[in-house]
Amino acid sequence: MTAYLLKRLAIAIATLVLASIVVFAVLEILPGDPARLMLGLNASADQVELLRNQMGLNAPLALRYLHWAGGLLSLDFGRSYTYSVPVIDLVRERLAVSLPLALIALALSTIIAIPVGLFSASRRGRAGDTVAMGAAQLGVAVPNFWFALMLIYVFAVWLRLVPAGGFPGWSAGVWPALKSLLLPAVALALPQAAILARVTRSALIEVLNEDYIRTARAKGLPHRAVLWRHALRNAMIPVLTILGLQFAFLLAGTIIIENVFYLPGLGRLVFQAITQRDLIVVESVVMLLVAAVIAVNLLVDLSYAVVDPRLRSRQ
Amino acid sequence: MKLWKTILAAAVLSLAAGTSAFAARTDLVIGIPLEPPHLDPTAGAAAAIDEVLYANVFEGLTRIGSKGEVLPDLAESWTISDDGKVYTFKLHTGVKFHDGTDFDASDVKFSLDRARADNSVNAQKGLFAAIDTVDVVDAATVKVTLKNPQGSFLYNMGWGDAVIVAPESADTNKEKPVGTGPFKFQNWAKGSSITLVKSDNYWGTPASLDKAEFRIVPDAAAYVPALLSGDIQAFPFFDADSVAQVKDDPRFKIVIGATEGETILSINNKKPPFDKLQVRQAISYALDRKAIIDGASAGLGVPIGSHMSPANKDYVDLTGRYPHDVAKAKELLKEAGLENGFKATLKLPPPTYARLGGEIIASQLRDVGIDLEIIPVEWAQWLDQVFTKKDYDLTIVSHTEPNDIDIYSRKDYYFNYDNPAFDKVIADLGVTSDEAKRKELLGQAQKILADDAVVGFLYELPKVGVWDAKLQGLWENAPIQANDLTKVKWSE
Repeated sequence: MTAYLLKRLAIAIATLVLASIVVFAVLEILPGDPARLMLGLNASADQVELLRNQMGLNAPLALRYLHWAGGLLSLDFGRSYTYSVPVIDLVRERLAVSLPLALIALALSTIIAIPVGLFSASRRGRAGDTVAMGAAQLGVAVPNFWFALMLIYVFAVWLRLVPAGGFPGWSAGVWPALKSLLLPAVALALPQAAILARVTRSALIEVLNEDYIRTARAKGLPHRAVLWRHALRNAMIPVLTILGLQFAFLLAGTIIIENVFYLPGLGRLVFQAITQRDLIVVESVVMLLVAAVIAVNLLVDLSYAVVDPRLRSRQ
Repeated sequence: MKLWKTILAAAVLSLAAGTSAFAARTDLVIGIPLEPPHLDPTAGAAAAIDEVLYANVFEGLTRIGSKGEVLPDLAESWTISDDGKVYTFKLHTGVKFHDGTDFDASDVKFSLDRARADNSVNAQKGLFAAIDTVDVVDAATVKVTLKNPQGSFLYNMGWGDAVIVAPESADTNKEKPVGTGPFKFQNWAKGSSITLVKSDNYWGTPASLDKAEFRIVPDAAAYVPALLSGDIQAFPFFDADSVAQVKDDPRFKIVIGATEGETILSINNKKPPFDKLQVRQAISYALDRKAIIDGASAGLGVPIGSHMSPANKDYVDLTGRYPHDVAKAKELLKEAGLENGFKATLKLPPPTYARLGGEIIASQLRDVGIDLEIIPVEWAQWLDQVFTKKDYDLTIVSHTEPNDIDIYSRKDYYFNYDNPAFDKVIADLGVTSDEAKRKELLGQAQKILADDAVVGFLYELPKVGVWDAKLQGLWENAPIQANDLTKVKWSE
């Protein structure tokens, strides 16, 4: 177990170092000068040069990389070129939206997907299965921005139950803030739930064909107990893998939904930073996301060991 | 049920208003597409900064009015010496900054000196280039001496980049702007909204609104639902393609005005074959402006024939200089020795007018034998490749700065255009303050650009505003990019 952990940790660190080099290099190659973008069309070349110096953009490449990477080690993410505030403050503000949103969406998608998957698998080939999987197919196929707009028209414009968009901030109270995250969370959760339900179903079907399921049935266990206690637990590994991937996606890959609901989330921060060539923000946020993905993967790996005792005792 | 709801709503509203049951509301939520990178108009070119702060929080010596005219602002009046070089401004007294400090002549000197200092990164430093010295005569009088007479000096002082700031707060304006305007800054929820509230100790006519929130809505798809749900009551810069969705709704007012955005097909004048006049003229003849406006701007937008807004008082209509004439265009190409046509590239930045307009222009130029390869680019790439390195053949862009015809005389500007006769007109203009003479010179300048077919002049970008029908006082036109809320109020 310890060796397994150490190996995972070493891989994680190597990935982080590699990622930092790639991220930095790619953004350096990207054409576009942040100073020119800030000053616009009317500024002279001298002035752009002056601002470049003030922003520290004229230092040698290697030096800037070391400065930035060194900062990351001491958890100093630098200052945003455009906002001129510490990157960490920006990230913290955005996480206050993105993290709850991702968690609510993930919870919703799990609550919908696991029962549907169980239902479908236990009725394989019957009408209920066909309907449920048809719905899941639809859920995967419907573009989520369209679904989001439909939700807005029904719940915000017509029923006026929730705001059409925007985020009042947690300072406005927990309920108003949660209310503004509700529709986006549903819009995000639905396609994820559809995918998760399909994965759950196929994993379960595979497990249900195993010998030990027949044994369990033979010793007289009720259908429900077989399904929940024996089948689901063994089918969890692919489901957990997908959940891990989905969490990483929900944290930063939700730019479209953030735009439709004009939420100040992490995805929009990165997108805006890229268009404004706020390189330091892009670099630091991407690194944070890399770290988050690695951490989630690590957690998923560990959770395999929790659901599957064989992995625990192997070494 | 419905009646109860109405009664309840009325009761709540009257409680909130605190005065009478019929008092008009005094808060406003305005949707803006882009978030300002920071809140200091003297330190960045982003139009979004002025769209929130200009005239609302910050004021200059002069200001630009809704029709593009120069109005007195912090300067109550001024006198100009006979040689046109010395401007003496009489300032309003009893003016306070929002942090309670007093405004006087020393703040004017500080602001102007700061903007033109060697280490200044003011995005429009050129506005201050003519200033020689700024002297404080007394607390309410300031004397600005110019190196040479400058016709546009009072206009220049009305730009957002020339607003007056206080030495105590200048360095923190990016985060916490402190000005002298009728609104003071309250809160900036990054990525989400910026809130201004009425200033209690404003020197002039106080604002009608108590609170104005600028909410950032980047995606045009969200505009209509936000209006319909009542979350946002005004989009001063609406999306032209979405107008049809609210056109017939009596709850909203749709206001089509003019901007200062000359949308042009820029041509690299030094790159063969575009260095030949006939080729550029052929392009101008090949363009069908109406089709471009219909396709790229939902039919909104006024055709232009040179680099001047039709809303401008000095505008000369030159749209008839090159009517849409394919045969004439082919003939000119033949004269230039290119009867078999040629290939070129067209680099398109992200705005819709460029991306959609580009497709249409490519097909129009194909009709005369010019085969364009379309290359979509991001803004950052555009600034780098096209604007800075001049590595392009053709591109489409809207030049949104007001009164910017002088860009064609700038050395090393990305058009690569060089005509001493034009430079002379602009130089004369720079030292002329007589209105009639300026008009004549500006007319000449427009005509030279049209004759030389420097670029393909397309149309003036429209300002499409959509807001609640009960809202009054928002600007119809955009002579500068601003959302002046000083006269905005709710009717009833």
